Amino acid sequence: MNTTSSRQNSMTPGSPQKQTPASSLPSGSYFKRIVSGFISLLRGMGLTVTYLTDPRTVVTQQYPENRATLLMTPRFRACLTMVRDETGAHCCTACGLCEKACPNGTISVLTMKDLSGRKMLGKYVYRLLQCTFCNLCVETCPFGAIVMGQNYELAAYDRDALVLTLHSEEDEPHA
Amino acid sequence: MSVFPDKVLYPPNNPIGDLVRTLVPAPFSDVLNGGLAIFSLLALASLTPVVLIWLERKVAAHFQARLGPMRVGWHGTLQPVADGIKLMFKEILKPEGADTFLFFLAPILPATASFLVLTVLPFDHHLQVTDLNAGVLFVIAASGLSIFGVLLAGWSSNNKYSLLGGIRAGAQMISFEISLALLMLLIVLLSGTASLRGIVLAQQGTILDWWIFKFPLFGLVAFILFLISSTAELNRGPFDIVEAESELTGGFTTEYSGISFAMFFFAEFVNMFVAAALATTLFLGGFLAPQMGWGMLDRLLDAVPGFVWFFAKTYGVIFIYMWFRWTFPRLRVDQLMVFEWKVLLPMHLFLLAVAGFFITMEWIPL
Repeated sequence: MNTTSSRQNSMTPGSPQKQTPASSLPSGSYFKRIVSGFISLLRGMGLTVTYLTDPRTVVTQQYPENRATLLMTPRFRACLTMVRDETGAHCCTACGLCEKACPNGTISVLTMKDLSGRKMLGKYVYRLLQCTFCNLCVETCPFGAIVMGQNYELAAYDRDALVLTLHSEEDEPHA
Repeated sequence: MSVFPDKVLYPPNNPIGDLVRTLVPAPFSDVLNGGLAIFSLLALASLTPVVLIWLERKVAAHFQARLGPMRVGWHGTLQPVADGIKLMFKEILKPEGADTFLFFLAPILPATASFLVLTVLPFDHHLQVTDLNAGVLFVIAASGLSIFGVLLAGWSSNNKYSLLGGIRAGAQMISFEISLALLMLLIVLLSGTASLRGIVLAQQGTILDWWIFKFPLFGLVAFILFLISSTAELNRGPFDIVEAESELTGGFTTEYSGISFAMFFFAEFVNMFVAAALATTLFLGGFLAPQMGWGMLDRLLDAVPGFVWFFAKTYGVIFIYMWFRWTFPRLRVDQLMVFEWKVLLPMHLFLLAVAGFFITMEWIPL
């Protein structure tokens, strides 16, 4: 109590030393404070009772049961995925900025040369085990080639199953 | 002096007791009736926390836009059973250097205190174990025991967190006990009797004859003050400085585990029921039906047994306690003490003086 009043005095050095002992309360006369405090308490109770009575405010998801209708928030980040258009083509230029941006060494961008000798993406390795879903790789990518996906059911029985290959030129049908 | 000359006189005997008295000869019938009364109170004291724990968790969850327990039974109805089984099978630990006797005695005291108060509560006009002339005095004396349990638990644990929690709890409960006693004294002054049954019978008539309305405006203020003081006395939020799980590692219950912790936990919920029942008895007309003064409806409301009204009102008050807990942030220790000694206590003394003035002017019809 004393520390509070001294702090308030130091903040307003010009004010006269007429502090009430309960200076942590809002300003006004004794009775005015009681009434305004009571009104604000009632307002708080009104807010919580709307949460209680309105079932639409419930945010809890009953996950295994409502798997089909599960609502995901747009900002939710899970397994990294590659953005592909309708033909299945990606827009990665294998610049390797994501690999450098990653604090954990999660990403390895392996390059290869195409027929004209230009650098292109050979294999994109993503180690889910090390990923902290910090989103730095997505933010660094100048081409918007990667995005944090919404698939969160990522458990596996084998560590090797968690080293994902997001793209491999060998697997591509047109290669 | 007969306090209620032209009011309905409710018979104090109940049919079960009468039946036992006709079937069994005199000295044994009293023993049997006493046994039945104790058994039914024990059943109430053990079932109430089970209901209240589930209710608290569900109400808390919905106040916070959650769902609460949903998996054990329909909407989590069997959750208290699961909790109870878990607590029973947990190991009971005793810290090194703790006072063994006091350490295991302490959890029993709060439960005992709330059980003692149950014996004088009028659940219905014929459902009361004993109607003491000084019922209010007995309630104040018996509920003092629970403070003793808390202090002993804090001291005997041989742990600084427990001791600090216990001291805080003791200071808080003793301070607010004074407030509660003053409010009970106010009702005693208004009713002209200290027997809880007498207090209920002094509120006969319509809903406007309950003490919350019969003592104009001040009755409502007194009821709100009673809710605040009893919330603090129960160590519930926003006055749960004793427990303050985010600040005090659990207060006086730090070292308790298993069934000894469960005893504190159960006592807390029985205490909440008792406090709500007292609020009902003192301010909301106890077991009396909420009559409106319209002939037909009144007869319909009167047909409902009194204990249904009693439990309905009590659970209504319990809901208000839960509403408080899950809406307001916790107070600081010094704020709590300032609130009690500088706000509540003067207000209660003022209310008492006003009540005395009303009675001398004969503005309150008896």
